Amino acid sequence: MTYQVPKFRNPSLPRNALGYTKADYEGSISSLCAGCGHDSISACIIRACHELSIAPHKIAKLSGIGCSSKSPAYFLGKSHGFNSVHGRMPSVVTGAAMANRDLIYLGVSGDGDTASIGMGQFIHVIRRNLNMVYVVMNNGCYGLTKGQDSATADQGSASKKNDPNPFNGIDLPALALQSGATFVARSFSGDKEQLIPLIKAGMTHRGFALIDVVSPCVTFNNNETSTKNYDYVREHARAGGIVDFVPMRDEITTRYQPGSTYEVTLHDGSVVHLHKVAESLDPFDRMSAMAALDEHRRNEEILTGLIYMDMDSTELHEVLGTSQRPLNQLSAADLCPGDKVLHNINASLR
Amino acid sequence: MKPTDIKNTQHFHKVVDCQYACPAHTPVPEYIRLIALERYTDAYMINWQSNVFPGILGRTCDRPCESACRRRRVEEEPVAICRLKRVAADKRDDIEHLLPPVPVSKNGKRVALIGAGPASLTVARDLAPLGYSIDIYDNQFAGGGMMRSQIPSFRLPEEVLDEEVNYIVERGVTTFFDTQIDSMKEILEKDYDAVFVGTGAPRGRGLDLPGLDEAGDKVHLGVDWLANVAFEHTHVIGKRVLVLGGGNTAMDCCRSARRMGGEDVRIVVRSPFGDMKASAWEKEDAIHEGIPIFDNHTPKEYVIEDGNLKGMLFEKVEAQYDANGKRSLIPTGEDWVFMEADEVLVAIGQDNAFPWIERDQDIEFGKWDMPVVDKVSFQSTNSKVFFGGDAAFGPDNIITAVAQGHEAATSIHLFCQGKSVSDRPAPFTNLLSQKMGVHEWIYDNAVKPDERYVVPMAPLEEVLADRKLEVELGFDSATGYNEAGRCLNCDVQTVFMEDRCIECDACMDVCPTDCISFVGNAEETELRSTLSAPAQNLAQDLYVSAALPTRRVMVKDENVCLHCGLCAERCPTTAWDMQKYIYNLSYAGQ
Ligand SMILES: Cc1cc2nc3c(=O)[nH]c(=O)nc-3n(C[C@H](O)[C@H](O)[C@H](O)COP(=O)(O)OP(=O)(O)OC[C@H]3O[C@@H](n4cnc5c(N)ncnc54)[C@H](O)[C@@H]3O)c2cc1C
Ligand SMILES: Cc1ncc(C[n+]2csc(CCOP(=O)(O)OP(=O)(O)O)c2C)c(N)n1
Ligand code: SF4
Ligand code: SF4
Ligand code: SF4
Ligand SMILES: [Mg+2]
Repeated sequence: MTYQVPKFRNPSLPRNALGYTKADYEGSISSLCAGCGHDSISACIIRACHELSIAPHKIAKLSGIGCSSKSPAYFLGKSHGFNSVHGRMPSVVTGAAMANRDLIYLGVSGDGDTASIGMGQFIHVIRRNLNMVYVVMNNGCYGLTKGQDSATADQGSASKKNDPNPFNGIDLPALALQSGATFVARSFSGDKEQLIPLIKAGMTHRGFALIDVVSPCVTFNNNETSTKNYDYVREHARAGGIVDFVPMRDEITTRYQPGSTYEVTLHDGSVVHLHKVAESLDPFDRMSAMAALDEHRRNEEILTGLIYMDMDSTELHEVLGTSQRPLNQLSAADLCPGDKVLHNINASLR
Repeated sequence: MKPTDIKNTQHFHKVVDCQYACPAHTPVPEYIRLIALERYTDAYMINWQSNVFPGILGRTCDRPCESACRRRRVEEEPVAICRLKRVAADKRDDIEHLLPPVPVSKNGKRVALIGAGPASLTVARDLAPLGYSIDIYDNQFAGGGMMRSQIPSFRLPEEVLDEEVNYIVERGVTTFFDTQIDSMKEILEKDYDAVFVGTGAPRGRGLDLPGLDEAGDKVHLGVDWLANVAFEHTHVIGKRVLVLGGGNTAMDCCRSARRMGGEDVRIVVRSPFGDMKASAWEKEDAIHEGIPIFDNHTPKEYVIEDGNLKGMLFEKVEAQYDANGKRSLIPTGEDWVFMEADEVLVAIGQDNAFPWIERDQDIEFGKWDMPVVDKVSFQSTNSKVFFGGDAAFGPDNIITAVAQGHEAATSIHLFCQGKSVSDRPAPFTNLLSQKMGVHEWIYDNAVKPDERYVVPMAPLEEVLADRKLEVELGFDSATGYNEAGRCLNCDVQTVFMEDRCIECDACMDVCPTDCISFVGNAEETELRSTLSAPAQNLAQDLYVSAALPTRRVMVKDENVCLHCGLCAERCPTTAWDMQKYIYNLSYAGQ
């Protein structure tokens, strides 16, 4: 019987710039159902963070409630973590991010956690353009509470124990675009090649990055009548833009056909190559992105890849002009600069 | 790559590294599990079936299995496979009633075995139960060959040797001990249906340097001296002893000399320490007994004063390797080194010698005056005459002699039935699911982090005072259990059924050693570089599935799989199963 991971690792695992192997970014062994899409997303997060050479202690992972929200226990075991209340992850991240801008904030949520109970928080965190990556592990159901339809379940889709869903499903990327998101992507847990670069790009983007990842629930919603089962998603997924992420320190070697490829330099010097597949999509144009989403949805297709990116994004710290240094590094002298300063302020207001 | 054909017996056979490396293909993990269950007799019998001398080999085997052991690829030390074999031998019950019966009425075929070393004894063991009349000839007083004459009692106690030799020689075979065979012609004239030559490589190589004649009886051939010690013709040696050579014979010589009165015993060897032929553990044991090793010293001269041996002169050399790794020893130009000595033991190699085989008996001799022997059937150019053990291809070790004995016995049996010796029986193989529940397996799949346990030894003063006192004490049951737990159960195979796979990636994500990848297919070299972790060990195969619905293939690098079963536990559709692979050689008559 095994409930523990063996301590041995593959001796040929590559090391990143910090000298760490992928194993240094792992968490404890997953207790999710065998075959749950969420585990694959966890594996992608591990690989993305390893390949980006981020020191584990420079990341904070936060989540709400659900199988999806449990998954941060299974990756980045050496990072900061906070498993918050159902639907309330965004406000906790907001607090943490405001207090310490030096960490990379990774929010992990589910479709229930986001699109039902957490909807209000979700829209507001987008609207404020908080500097974070927000991953939704989207399985169209409440996995943890035994598979009830969630608000992202497609109309007509029937999970294992339920009748076809009578309601219209919420399209989170569309909602995010509508709410002013500056980075919107969608992927599939079964497509690591697409998802890993998206996570990397999202982590490097300055501002709010939504990655909606369709992630089949093998136990309650992987049946034939569901539109979130492995086979259906594979058949209906259409990549809009294929992303190739080149970190700042690496030389850019790939060359794509001009015309269909954009080279986007992020604020830290990293480069995102965006190789356009869908004719109709201009991922730097919000209206085009919204139209492409709508068009694919009408064709019963799932548009994946990078859907929209605002290269001039201004994140919350910049908008509010907050302290450059994390609050925990401010001394009493910084916080209480003394009589003279107070005097000057008062004088300036006279 | 083409999908792996797991019906081919070799793919999973190679995954069981120890069993694959063992010349006799002993089912190692199977007996290690039995030791953990304290089923020592069963563990012993599995060994006895494959390697005939578990108690002897559990102390003396060259252990090719341990250098191959998978554990070495994920940590420092292999499983102590050899010493676990000894645990089974030490702790078993009497097994005589479990041995195959030897029929009283014979099958009418007569076989002569020349030499009673491990090779011949294996042939006898395999053929006697089939009703053959077997005559064993050996010039020593009892069976065992070099296991008796060469391997010192402090490594292999006589009782252990006698017991396992007697399981063969006392059960329905005719022995002619103290019988030197001087003519193959005479043997062949006795109209045997087949003759097996298992006479070993009995001749020690000498070292002819200036002063040898005057040194007289102070310079011995190592193998002869060891035999004289074993047979109690020699009781003492001088205080200062130089042992020339870097192989296992040299190690046995120096350690024996320490027990025969030698106080300043030294090993002097031409090659650098790291290139010495002796196994690492034999060198350690010698050093532990206070025997220094002088490497990079080429012997030049026996120094004689007043007609007596005073010592030897050596030239210091340095090893240089060319682009092909070929070594040459280049003199450093320093003054020659003198070392005092009362006696010298020369242990620089052994040769085969067949003066007793007349060259007109249709037995062709080739290079280095060695008989021409088929590598699979062990038949010589005289179809009646078979060779095995050191006699076939030069000095090797016990387990190789045993393995060759099995093959020769199979050939002799085929030959005596008028069948072709190339029509050999296939091994018996089977795959058995180990699944008992969602997280439950018949085998203990948790991977233990324990480091290799050390075998306890008798106190140094005591062993040096008594040449027959065994140095190693063997593991007790508790340590045996712990050491057995280190085995990764490499015979429990990960079997993939692609028609069940939904490509959820769960196995690939959970695998602690990143063995599993789902990737686009390619040629092997390219495929090896595109996996989750690059598959750099070319000696280890890839396990490739047929194309999956996404047109990718599952590729598993067998290299560092821990057989932990997590892939099978994580798979929602049981596309992976853990199945025990049984691979048993077929022996004569099977
Ligand atoms: C010092 C030393 C230490 C060793 N230690 C180990 C060890 O620890 N582990 C290991 O695996 N291997 C060891 N070996 C090697 C091992 O002993 C041999 O490889 C093995 O015994 C070979 O078996 P065999 O059956 O081919 O022949 P042998 O064991 O050599 O048996 C041949 C027998 O035939 C007899 N014989 C030869 N010619 C005639 C004749 N004309 N008439 C009658 N009888 C004859 C010989 O006296 C002998 O009894 C050691 C060898 C030496 C020299
Ligand atoms: C305040 C509150 N309301 C309701 C619940 C019950 N509950 C637990 S998980 C969950 C839904 C989770 O769905 P989702 O976020 O999609 O996660 P999944 O399990 O599908 O990954 C609900 C409703 C709760 N834990 N707390
Ligand atoms: S219930 Fe569904 S979402 Fe939850 S762990 Fe199981 S498969 Fe995953
Ligand atoms: S771990 Fe066990 S089964 Fe695997 S090679 Fe070593 S001894 Fe053999
Ligand atoms: S048994 Fe499966 S999970 Fe465990 S190491 Fe081998 S391939 Fe990986
Ligand atoms: Mg859900």
